[in-house]
Amino acid sequence: MRLPKPRGPLSEWLVARLAGAGVTGAAPDAGSWDDECLSLWTLHELSFRGFEDGDDRAEWDPALLGVRHELETALEGRLRARWTRTDRAGAVAPHEVPAALEALVAADDGPSIADHVRRHADRDQVLELLRQRSVYHLKESDPSAFVVPRLPVRAKAALMALQFDEYGDGDPNRLHSHLFARGLEAVGLRAEYGAYVDDAMTENLEMNNAGSLFGLHRRLRGAAMGHLAAFEMTSSLPSRKMVQGLDRLGLAGPMSDYYDEHVEADAIHEHLALRDICGTLAEDEPDQAGEILFGAWTCLDVEARFATAFLSGSEVA
Amino acid sequence: MSAPEFDHPDVVLVPHGPMLLRGVGSVQDADGTVHPVERPVVALCRCEKSSRLPWCDGTHKVIPR
Ligand code: FES
Ligand SMILES: [Fe+2]
Ligand SMILES: [Fe+2]
Repeated sequence: MRLPKPRGPLSEWLVARLAGAGVTGAAPDAGSWDDECLSLWTLHELSFRGFEDGDDRAEWDPALLGVRHELETALEGRLRARWTRTDRAGAVAPHEVPAALEALVAADDGPSIADHVRRHADRDQVLELLRQRSVYHLKESDPSAFVVPRLPVRAKAALMALQFDEYGDGDPNRLHSHLFARGLEAVGLRAEYGAYVDDAMTENLEMNNAGSLFGLHRRLRGAAMGHLAAFEMTSSLPSRKMVQGLDRLGLAGPMSDYYDEHVEADAIHEHLALRDICGTLAEDEPDQAGEILFGAWTCLDVEARFATAFLSGSEVA
Repeated sequence: MSAPEFDHPDVVLVPHGPMLLRGVGSVQDADGTVHPVERPVVALCRCEKSSRLPWCDGTHKVIPR
């Protein structure tokens, strides 16, 4: 992937610095929320696949780590403030975590993009959605992979069973991000990693940043696993609606195969994530119980914010 | 209790949900069709309302109990 197009003074400074353009001095303040989100997204990407036109050593450059720390602190503060404003953020006993996760998911009333795709969306809206979703689906499950060494025994084994399936059960053709890439190609979109980052809506960048933040910090392992659980628990039924919408629009084929795989896989993953990962993690590390719920709620919240912005941009009421 | 032996059943019944099976090679459905299994864990539908029997597709969550 190439460095993204800057969206303000901070990302301009950052991209120039990563490109080795001899930029020195302190980082300027972000000019906007968009500028801030793209900058953090870019800094996180250094720990995933990096940039072909960026310096790989930048991942551990102390000055850039300082910028990343500031942006992450601001993001985490924002996410936690949203969570504590809900009436669900009270203390929870470790053994109550699975039931509390189910209650959070059941109470989720965010708008459903999948419902829109199933019944109303036109072809252009669906292609735009796929471009937006590609920012995550082309690195699907990678943030959770960072969490493996940070978990106690039972949660670690269960996360590996889930990830093994996400990564194709040993078959590169079945790797979920690869299924999505093949789907993109089949509907005439670009399939290379990071292809549509320049088109990513701010809400989409923030949604991705939240997942990467949780995955990259050992301290946030509980939030990462709660996030994973909420994601898996809200995937199977919507994936089926995506398949129906893609069929309706004549986009069946590899792209609906990607969603079709998730109807079946996530009907399994949700149970692994709920009980075997989050349930046992909360039992083994009781201080993670509240963190698991924070991560789960955040997953639903950032998706709802993205869906609201996406659907209002698509001019649907 | 630092290195306990954990329960790790091959068959798990999810309350109001599917039956999880670990480490199976194939499953024969009610019509006699045999489905090979590649995944470490599969979820067999118990509500019989799934659109892709024998597998669970999450439909049980939307049927009133
Ligand atoms: S048990 Fe899940 S669809 Fe039947
Ligand atoms: Fe997946
Ligand atoms: Fe999954």
